[in-house]
Amino acid sequence: MIAPGMTSERARFDHVSLSFDTPKGNLRVVDDVSYAINDGDFIAVIGPSGCGKTTMMSMLAGFQTPTTGRVLFDGHPVTGPGPERGVIFQEYGVFPWLTVRENIAFGLNLKANHVPSSERDQICQHYLALMGLSDFANSYPKHLSGGMRQRLAIARAYAVKPQFLLMDEPFGALDAQTRANMQNLLLQVLATEGKTVMLITHSVEEAIYLASRIVVVTARPARIKEIIDVPFSYPRDESIQERAEFGELRGHIRELVMNEYRAQQAQMRPVSFSE
Amino acid sequence: MKGSLARRIVLGMTPWIGVIVLWYAVRWSGLVNLSLIPAPHQVAAKFVDLLLHEGLLIDIYASTRRVFFGVALGILAAVPVGFLLGWYRSARTFADPMINFFRALPPIALIPLVIVYFGVDEIAKLVILFYASFFSGVIVMYEGVSQITPLYIRVAKTLGANEFEIFRKVIIPLTVPHILTALRVALGVAWATLVASELIAAQRGLGAMIQNASTYFLLDIIYVGIICIGCIALIMDLILRWISAKLLVWQDRATS
Repeated sequence: MIAPGMTSERARFDHVSLSFDTPKGNLRVVDDVSYAINDGDFIAVIGPSGCGKTTMMSMLAGFQTPTTGRVLFDGHPVTGPGPERGVIFQEYGVFPWLTVRENIAFGLNLKANHVPSSERDQICQHYLALMGLSDFANSYPKHLSGGMRQRLAIARAYAVKPQFLLMDEPFGALDAQTRANMQNLLLQVLATEGKTVMLITHSVEEAIYLASRIVVVTARPARIKEIIDVPFSYPRDESIQERAEFGELRGHIRELVMNEYRAQQAQMRPVSFSE
Repeated sequence: MKGSLARRIVLGMTPWIGVIVLWYAVRWSGLVNLSLIPAPHQVAAKFVDLLLHEGLLIDIYASTRRVFFGVALGILAAVPVGFLLGWYRSARTFADPMINFFRALPPIALIPLVIVYFGVDEIAKLVILFYASFFSGVIVMYEGVSQITPLYIRVAKTLGANEFEIFRKVIIPLTVPHILTALRVALGVAWATLVASELIAAQRGLGAMIQNASTYFLLDIIYVGIICIGCIALIMDLILRWISAKLLVWQDRATS
């Protein structure tokens, strides 16, 4: 056992459970989940949709508090959202009343981030270029495609330089081509800026391609089914998807996820319909 | 660009020309007694006459001023109240039945009471118009504010915004469209109410002018009054729409 402080642990779920009171009784969404995320990790959380993976992320982001157990960030219980934990939402949440440039600058102009005004322009410029949005700097989001909005949401989150990124199915709504591009862009940015990431996804390929560790989660209530180390080193490119290990890993994880998916379907199916 | 402007002018003018043609047609058809329908050119001549000799501008000014101040004060009060109701669920449960009760009362029905308590002065008209604009505006505001998606506030929080920054940089921009809608709705209601209140008791104003003319069966003056009210309401609405277009360039509008 390594003494705390020696490790580079950033976040920890410590016997975390969460349940809601609903009209039909108590609904348990997350059940006794424990794992740690270390500095530089890329954790992908995968499981059937509606299983409670987003709730897990939401607790680390600071939007929900566990019913029992603790969620720690840098050793302290999470009490609310903060700029050191950047969140990229499934629905993007790009501000429609601000131009692309103003969206990126939003975080930089906030008191909490202490960005000197002389640097703001330069940071904006950097992320506009990095995300390929320079030509649209003065456009409003209504003129952007889905992929561009997603890039803008990422640029805005990156601009305040969070060391920890929480991404909730960020590429779920994109077409296959755009999705592959965004994944590569993400790997590229991570290679230069070194961040810790927690990614929620339901794509097995995406999880293996991007993550260093994969947390497979059960059907609701979310428990940890298995934690798998991904054997590929960074930087990665698409060629790893051709490797035998990739295929084996994909087969294994897909089976785990499909089992949970079936369990989830069984939970939801009305009794009279069961075979 | 030029072609489309010309096209828009033609498209915009066509219904007006149609109405005037229809107006003459009704007179010429012989179905209606001519003395009951003054011709458009007679009404136009009366308009010039009233403008030059009878102080029509004073009536227009009196009415417009009443509407302007009534709506301004009503919306000034409706914005914070509507905002609180939209934002805090408990405030809504507390005040919603009350607001709907008062909103359901036509302001015109309150005119007799207002005369009893506030007399027949400017104050009385201001009270009626304030009432009409406040209740129509407050509903628009709180419906709009209660539909603001919490996602943007969450995003702002994860970027490090404090409560004040969230209010100034997220909530205010999201509220502006609803304030403008509330203003437009209130203006419409205020004109309707104004004329009713002037019909009952006023020295000057377009409603008073119509009322006086009806006593002497001066139909052309009634027509001038009605057309003036319509035109002023239209101009005010156009100005508001122009302001909206400037302020809300970011909004996704279905246009083709």
